[in-house]
Amino acid sequence: MSTAAEMKKTWLTPFNIIVGIILLVGGFVTILRFTKGLAGVTNLTDNYPWGIWISFDLLCGVALAAGGFTTSAACYVFGLKRFHSAVRPAILTAFLGYSLVVFALHYDVGRPWRLPYPFFVQSGTTSVLFEVGLCVFLYLIVLFVEWVPSALEWLGFKKPRNVIVRMTLALTIFGVVLSTMHQSSLGALYLIAPSKLHPLWYSMFLPLFFFVSAIAAGLSMVLFEGTLSHHYLHDKMDKVYLSEHDGVTFGFAKGAAVVLVVYFFIKIVGITLDNNWHYLLTGYGAWFLFELLGFVALPAFLYAIAVRERNACLVRWAAVITVLGIILNRFNVSLVAFNWQLPPAQKYFPSWMEIAISVFIVTVGLLVFRFIATKMPIFYEHPDFKEHVPHEGEEEEAPEFVEHELKPHPQSLGH
Amino acid sequence: MKRRAFLSLLGAGGAACLLGQSAQAAGPKEFPGYPGSFGVLFDATRCIGCRRCEAGCNQVNGLPAPPEPFDDLSVLDKQRRTNAKTYTIVNRYDNIPGAAGPVFRKNQCQHCLEPACASSCFVRAFTKTPQGAVTWDASVCVGCRYCMIACPFDIPTFEYWEPLSPRIMKCTMCWPQITTGKLTVPGCVGACPVEALVYGKRADLLRIARGRFAAFPGRYLDHIYGEHEMGGTNWLYISGVPFKDIGLREDLGTTSAPQYTSGALAVVPIIATAWPALLVGIYAIHRRMDKVSHEEQVQAVTQAVAKAQEEAAAKLAKAKADAEADKKAAIEREVKKALEEAAKGQTEEDK
Amino acid sequence: MENAFYTLHDFFVFTKGSAYILMGVILLGILGFWLFITGRDEETFIK
Repeated sequence: MSTAAEMKKTWLTPFNIIVGIILLVGGFVTILRFTKGLAGVTNLTDNYPWGIWISFDLLCGVALAAGGFTTSAACYVFGLKRFHSAVRPAILTAFLGYSLVVFALHYDVGRPWRLPYPFFVQSGTTSVLFEVGLCVFLYLIVLFVEWVPSALEWLGFKKPRNVIVRMTLALTIFGVVLSTMHQSSLGALYLIAPSKLHPLWYSMFLPLFFFVSAIAAGLSMVLFEGTLSHHYLHDKMDKVYLSEHDGVTFGFAKGAAVVLVVYFFIKIVGITLDNNWHYLLTGYGAWFLFELLGFVALPAFLYAIAVRERNACLVRWAAVITVLGIILNRFNVSLVAFNWQLPPAQKYFPSWMEIAISVFIVTVGLLVFRFIATKMPIFYEHPDFKEHVPHEGEEEEAPEFVEHELKPHPQSLGH
Repeated sequence: MKRRAFLSLLGAGGAACLLGQSAQAAGPKEFPGYPGSFGVLFDATRCIGCRRCEAGCNQVNGLPAPPEPFDDLSVLDKQRRTNAKTYTIVNRYDNIPGAAGPVFRKNQCQHCLEPACASSCFVRAFTKTPQGAVTWDASVCVGCRYCMIACPFDIPTFEYWEPLSPRIMKCTMCWPQITTGKLTVPGCVGACPVEALVYGKRADLLRIARGRFAAFPGRYLDHIYGEHEMGGTNWLYISGVPFKDIGLREDLGTTSAPQYTSGALAVVPIIATAWPALLVGIYAIHRRMDKVSHEEQVQAVTQAVAKAQEEAAAKLAKAKADAEADKKAAIEREVKKALEEAAKGQTEEDK
Repeated sequence: MENAFYTLHDFFVFTKGSAYILMGVILLGILGFWLFITGRDEETFIK
């Protein structure tokens, strides 16, 4: 790739220095966490057992990684083949996102090595968290299998790669089922605490709110991340990716606009059914309206304009606002509106070390993404594995549907 | 490990399902709670805020000594909550309208009939014992702290300072000590000098409370806190002042914790069943549409080709026919010519 | 008597546990059924 001299020259870039500092601080706080306990690094209390490691790393991480299932479902299930080139980056982002969620949980839970206990030792099936954990666990496996072809192409293993590619439809459908379950269940986590969550955010529809907003978040993340990748990884992209990029942009923007409008209205339905209108006049009500109008209605509107005007720049802005809005919503549910009856002095605010760990984890994700996207066929198709010719039916479908060919003919069993 | 996991899942439901026993045992979908379970009745009109219960609890549970001794009543100046070193605390509530002086209230785990902590725990670390206590099992706890999110009474606490083996700490109603015979009543109850606490069967406690309402008219509010709150608790409170004034929330409702999440959990298997069918259906529809449009395309091409071929054939036939006609004409012409020539020769010969 | 449920929680531990096992069975069952009904299709999803 480059000579030693070039390497030396490129080592001390501002980017590398910042990343280096983040990694060092992250490592330091990690040591503190596992020597001094959670009290040593977090501001968690008995009233606030979940801080930003849950709010951001788990709730936001999972929601923003929803691009994986939305993109692959759009392409392989709903037959929007022009999104084909967006699938691999989205799957990679989702796989890394979920891996980091699980990685982050090791910091947060008291005894991290027991994380598999719910599935292998004793199952608490009445817990929503069991459902979330099981789905995340299974979905992580699905995402890994969906991502593996990129690595196998890079390494040149043709046979195993072809076997997996033929399972695409089954994997996609299983992925959508699991995503539907756990995205909504993250909202359902809070159903058990109606007395702690502010009525404007508590609703029997919490699971639905989380699911629908996760779709908007996933689509927006694909758009947002596409912009970033375009900027930094342009030379890794092939003609198909680049030529399809505009179609993907406006297609996703249209989808996100519709999903956001649906989300906006079901939130209104939620208020109506619980008759929570009078809360809108309180301080929490103003904050709720800020979230709903500024980060749901506004981006929906911006997306709509952008699609009508074919304005790619506006799409990006709408995507950024949507992503911020989802983060704001998850923070509101899990921190701001949670324990709303506690006096302000007892409310939680993260320590710098908690923030440092979250930044550290995001940075690790970016580095791994960059490594994989520069090494493996993510934004381009591997020349040896050209499957996809634009505007032609895809071949990589449905493993289970071939199996019957191997079975004996029914008539031979008939009598 | 694997076998244990399988058994655990079976334990969670499979075994009885396979044996087909429990359907009838379940009966109507109303669950009375364990009959004869024990609880404690707290009487706020009797409590004097001496903190002896805190000392008793601390001693029988072997908890670390607090920074201030238990006879230091100045700690009552501010509101406290239970923490990982204190299973129970007494708070003083001043300036309550209608009360002659301060009112004290003891707080600890309420030992719900339908515990939110047990319902929320993904490793079933919590158990509602038939004796009434809600206990916690250190051998499976992952330390996720969802129980603390779920508990409407803010009871479970966590040893945040422990790097690798933090425990969830909460009142056990001295269940371990009572079942092993070390104690006959919980430590706090035994330490109370004024009988503000009564340990007994929950059903009896409810009768005792009502008895006091009848014996001392006007002294109590006609409500036993915990009889129905959050589906009912084994710890019960009676008071002369509104419960919200002594730190007990009156807006919790009577719905038990498991009911809040059961609906959402019930949707999960429905999604698992319906989604694959729906998605394969959508896939099949667009696949079919692709196929039809492909077939139409093929058909259109075939037709166009056929038409072109037909036209070509017709052209060919015409050309052939023309050529034939030309040929015929030429032959005729030649024949005519020959005949004429022959005739000519004949006449010449005749001459 | 041993299998009677005294609390809603115990009841849900039982029913939700069964539902999770059932879910696995259903997913496999649907897949099998799908293979069965498409078994004689000449045109398969594989082109």
